[in-house]
Amino acid sequence: MKMTYREAIRQAMHEALAADPRVFLMGEDVGMYGGAYACSKGFLDEFGAERIRDTPLSELGFVGAGIGAALGGMWPIVEVMTVNFSLLALDQIVNTAAALRHMSGGQFSVPLVLRMATGAGRQLAAQHSHSLENWYAHIPGIKVLAPATIADARGMLGPALADPDPVAIFEHAQLYNMEGELPENWRCDIATAAVRRAGTDISLITYGGSLPKTLAAAGQLAAEGINAEVIDLRVLRPLDTATIAASVRKTHKAVVVDEGWKRGSLAAEVMACIVENCFFDLDAPVARVCSEEVPIPYAKHMEEAALPQPAKIVAAVKGVMGK
Amino acid sequence: MAVPYDKHFAQKLLLDMLRIRRMEEKCAELYGEQKIRGFLHLYIGEEACAVGSMHALKPADNIVATYREHGHALVRGVSMNAIMAEMFGKSAGCSRGRGGSMHLFDAATRFYGGDAIVGGGLPLAVGFALADKLQGKQRVTACFFGEGAMAEGAFHESMNLAALWQLPVLFCCENNLYAMGTALDRSEAQADLCAKAASYGVPTMKTDGMDVVAVHEAMQLAARHVRDGLGPFFLELQTYRFRAHSMFDPELYRDKAEVEQWKQRGPLHTFSARLKAEGKLTEAEFLALDAQANAEVQASVDFAEAAEWEPVADLLKDVHTP
Repeated sequence: MKMTYREAIRQAMHEALAADPRVFLMGEDVGMYGGAYACSKGFLDEFGAERIRDTPLSELGFVGAGIGAALGGMWPIVEVMTVNFSLLALDQIVNTAAALRHMSGGQFSVPLVLRMATGAGRQLAAQHSHSLENWYAHIPGIKVLAPATIADARGMLGPALADPDPVAIFEHAQLYNMEGELPENWRCDIATAAVRRAGTDISLITYGGSLPKTLAAAGQLAAEGINAEVIDLRVLRPLDTATIAASVRKTHKAVVVDEGWKRGSLAAEVMACIVENCFFDLDAPVARVCSEEVPIPYAKHMEEAALPQPAKIVAAVKGVMGK
Repeated sequence: MAVPYDKHFAQKLLLDMLRIRRMEEKCAELYGEQKIRGFLHLYIGEEACAVGSMHALKPADNIVATYREHGHALVRGVSMNAIMAEMFGKSAGCSRGRGGSMHLFDAATRFYGGDAIVGGGLPLAVGFALADKLQGKQRVTACFFGEGAMAEGAFHESMNLAALWQLPVLFCCENNLYAMGTALDRSEAQADLCAKAASYGVPTMKTDGMDVVAVHEAMQLAARHVRDGLGPFFLELQTYRFRAHSMFDPELYRDKAEVEQWKQRGPLHTFSARLKAEGKLTEAEFLALDAQANAEVQASVDFAEAAEWEPVADLLKDVHTP
C-alpha cells in the first residue's frame, strides 16, 4: 500500500491508542489543530480530550508531566513540535527521564515516548532547522530512533512504547511528505541498523533525512561504476556497531553522512567506531559529509549550501576512492 | 490553642521530629568523619513540616520531594537503616548507594525522590496526578519544594497544568526564606508566595511551619480538598533552616541574631513544652522518646557500617530496564 511518512506515523499512533488504554498523546496542538505536522488529525474526535491532550506552551512542564505519568502507570506519547523547542525540556529529559532508573537503584522505569521533528530544508531558519539528535544520543538511559523510511515510520512506535525505558523518536521534517510503498512486513526492531542498498566498493553510513540524499548519491555513483553500500543507522543510541563494522570490513572504505554539524557530531562517533573496530580493514581515511558550521540560514540557496547534498556526498566518495 | 490530639498521637509526632533531628545531627557528625560525602543538606529546624505533612497523607498517595528530603523519607516510612546506608553509599541503601543524600527513593512507600534540580519535581508530580486521574485513582500527589523553586519556570508551568486540568496535586512549599544564600526578597518581585500561586486560580493557605499541629491541620485540610477531586492546592509552610545550606556553606548571608531568634521557635522544644503544659508528656517520657530515637540512629549507623558496597561489576546495571 502506498502512503506518506506522515500517514505511517499517524497509523502507528492510531494503532497504539486503539490497542492499549495506557497510551495517550500529549503536546502542543496535537488535538484541535491535528498536530503541527498533521500526524494526529482526527484523533481528538475519535479518542477524546482526555487521551489527545492539547498542552499549553510549556515544554518543560508537559515533558516532565509525561515522565510522571509514565511512572504512574501510563504509556505517554509526548510530542514536542521540533527538536529546537525540546531544549526547553532538556532538564526533565536528561536529569530525570534518563537518570531515574539508575539513580534510584533500579526501582523505577520510565516508559515514555518522546516524538519530535528535526532537521532543515524548509527555509525555517536558525531556530527551527537544527539536527540536535546527537545531543540526545550522548545520554545514557535513553534510546534514540530516527525512522527514515515509510516502514520505520509505521513500525518503530510500537516497540518504542513497549520499551520500559524512555525512547526519543526524531522525525525529519523533510520526510513527512515522502511517499512510498508500505511493505507487508513493516514490523521492526529498535536495535539494529539496516542495509538499504547493498554494495561492494564503499560504505555510506547515514540516518534520517540524509538517507534519501545518500541513496540518490549512490544512484549517481552506480552510473559511474562505483557500487556503494548504504547503511541506515535507524537507531542512534545504542549504536549498532556490528552492522557498521561488517559493512566496512567488506568495502574497506567509508563516508558518513549526517545533517548535524561536523564538530562533535554523530558522524564523529560513527567514525570513531570504525577506527576502533576496523582500523586495519581500511584502505583509505574515513570521510564525512555534515552540515556547515553555521546556524541554518533562511535564504534557499544558503540553506542548501549549509546542508549535506547528493553532490557533496558524491564528491566525498570520489575523494576517498582517489578518483 | 490546645493540642487537638490524644497523648499517643501527640507523642508520635514528637518522636518523629526527634528521629529526624537525631538522625541528622549524627549525619553532620559522620560528614566530619568522612563517612558521608557529597552534598548533605540538613533539615534541622524544619522537622514540623515533614512530620505534620506526612501524617496527613495515606499510604497510596505519591510523594515527590527535594534534595533536602531525609525527614520526608523517614517519616514516610523508609527505614532509617536504608536511609543511613544510602548516605554511606552502600548497596543496602534505599537507592543502592547510587543516589546518596539528595536522591532517596523508595517504591514501597511511593517515595519518588530526592530531586536535586530545583523545581524538577513539580512537573513530575503533575504527571503522577494526571496518571491517577486518567486511571480513576483517588490519590493525592504531595509535592514538596522550597520557595526558591518558585522562581523557576517549572513552578509556573506545573501550577498552570495542574490548575488547567484540575489535577490532584498538593503543592507544598516549605518557605525557609533562603534559596541557598539568596533571601526571598532579594529574588522575588512578589514575595507573597500565596499571591503568586493564587494567580493560577488555585486555593492557597499559609501556615506556621514551626508548629507541627498547625502543619498537620493545614495539610489534612489541603489533602481532603485534593482527594475530593476539587483540583490542586497550594500550601505554604513558613519555616526556617537552623543549619547551613550544605556542609560547604559559610553562612555569610544571614545574621546570627536572626538564626537565634528563629531557634526560639524551634519545633521540638515548643511542642514538647506545650505537651508538658497540657499534661500529655512528662520529662521522663520525653527522655524515653529521645533515647528511642538515639537508639534507632545508632542501630542505623551500625547497619550502614556493616553493609556491603555494591560490586563495581554492577556499575552499568539498571541504566536500562533488563
